[in-house]
Amino acid sequence: MRIPCPYCGARDAHEFAYLGDATVTRPDPSAADAPAAFHDYVYLRDNPAGVHQELWYHANGCRRWVTVTRDTRTHAISSAVFTRSGS
Amino acid sequence: MRYSFLSLLRNGLSGQSGWKPAWRDASPKPSYDVIIVGGGGHGLATAYYLASQHGIRNVAVIEKGYIGSGNAGRNTTIIRSNYLLPGNEPFYEFSMKLWEGLEQELNYNAMVSQRGILNLYHSDAQRDAYARRGNAMRLNGADSELLDTEGVRAMYPFLDFANARFPIRGGLLQRRAGTARHDAVVWGYARGADRLGVDIIQNCEVTGLIREGDVVTGVQTTCGEIRAGKVGLAVAGSSSKLAAMAGMRLPIESHVLQAFVSEGLKPLIDGVITFGAGHFYISQSDKGGLVFGGDIDGYNSYAQRGNLPVVEDVCEGGMALMPRIGRLRLLRMWGGIMDMSMDGSPIIDHAPLPGLYLNAGWCYGGFKATPASGWCFAHLLAKDEPHATGTAFRLDRFRTGHLIDEKGVGAQPNLH
Repeated sequence: MRIPCPYCGARDAHEFAYLGDATVTRPDPSAADAPAAFHDYVYLRDNPAGVHQELWYHANGCRRWVTVTRDTRTHAISSAVFTRSGS
Repeated sequence: MRYSFLSLLRNGLSGQSGWKPAWRDASPKPSYDVIIVGGGGHGLATAYYLASQHGIRNVAVIEKGYIGSGNAGRNTTIIRSNYLLPGNEPFYEFSMKLWEGLEQELNYNAMVSQRGILNLYHSDAQRDAYARRGNAMRLNGADSELLDTEGVRAMYPFLDFANARFPIRGGLLQRRAGTARHDAVVWGYARGADRLGVDIIQNCEVTGLIREGDVVTGVQTTCGEIRAGKVGLAVAGSSSKLAAMAGMRLPIESHVLQAFVSEGLKPLIDGVITFGAGHFYISQSDKGGLVFGGDIDGYNSYAQRGNLPVVEDVCEGGMALMPRIGRLRLLRMWGGIMDMSMDGSPIIDHAPLPGLYLNAGWCYGGFKATPASGWCFAHLLAKDEPHATGTAFRLDRFRTGHLIDEKGVGAQPNLH
């Protein structure tokens, strides 16, 4: 599997470290429902068989975080962008 | 037909013409008492024990492909009960005891071979941890022996004892552990369940759940609607897909795990060996191939094939353990889709919807658990309460904090 890093170009997946689902967001720890929200955030995943947005860190390259959109059935990558634009 | 020496003799003399199919290829009835989704080892074992232990015989097992075509046919066939934690060890030791009587119970040769598993340790700290694990095993009725370097050398003199980075200091041996013929386990349970009246429906994919209000009352399939009093999911690898049909999100990610078999060799390894400084486990099949595997690839995947970096990583583990396999050629490699639960332990529990039951999250330890998983899931389906050895495998443990954190890898499946 090769990942098209926006800065370095297509590189072997071996150069990247995987974090997982990019769609989960850290809840507000001071909210009233924080315990339930953190349970969902830490443990529950959509885990789709199909298009999946995920975070990869280009550890052995430009050391930027990349948000990759990949089909989990075929490994076909439809997009790869920096996780925070402009930083 | 009961398989015996006499049936062999009779069919040998009659040109092998008397053998019947071991199970019927059933077509679905409009309704059942219980539907098990997933015709792997766990699903078929559940159906078998529902019929044999609880007298519930109006049962269907629905499989989208052919039975045993998923992870039951894609593992490294190791059976063992060398766990540490109280939530795990009684369950896996119960499974080990079921393995020991399985072939007589099913009248089927599952080639259960108690050839022993040896977990190597490479440091003082690891020896202490293995001593503790061995003691926990003994407290739960399992067997264990802690070997020193010489004890390991007597068993496997060809290991790389003087490895500069990971010298072998000894190992934790469970002699009752071993291997079983994975396909035969599936076939044996299928035949046993079929003989008790269970319908095994192959090439029939579940596409949705039928609900009346919140209550699950059946499944929609590619063969039409089938009603059921209770629906049990035993579809490890695809649990999230089925759960999504019920509007649930699970604490599970699907990852690919690769396994490998080498060209056939003369007898070399008569047990199972695991490398303690990496993730590598190896045994030799009765055909002579070395069967081995390592870590998951480490990213969400529903593709039953992996990538090359993990192939390299696994082979490096093998070379560090026993350099003599370096000139071997690989015969085959394959991938299976693992239900990686967030604490590394399985779930056998009610789903939040009435009528729906969940057997999931086996990570890459499902094969050894097949008999006890079926037993406990059947118990839950029949009596609506968990079996004594499976009480810890609750779905809500992530909410309550009662994680079964056997390996200390926490909530990230990609740390396994």
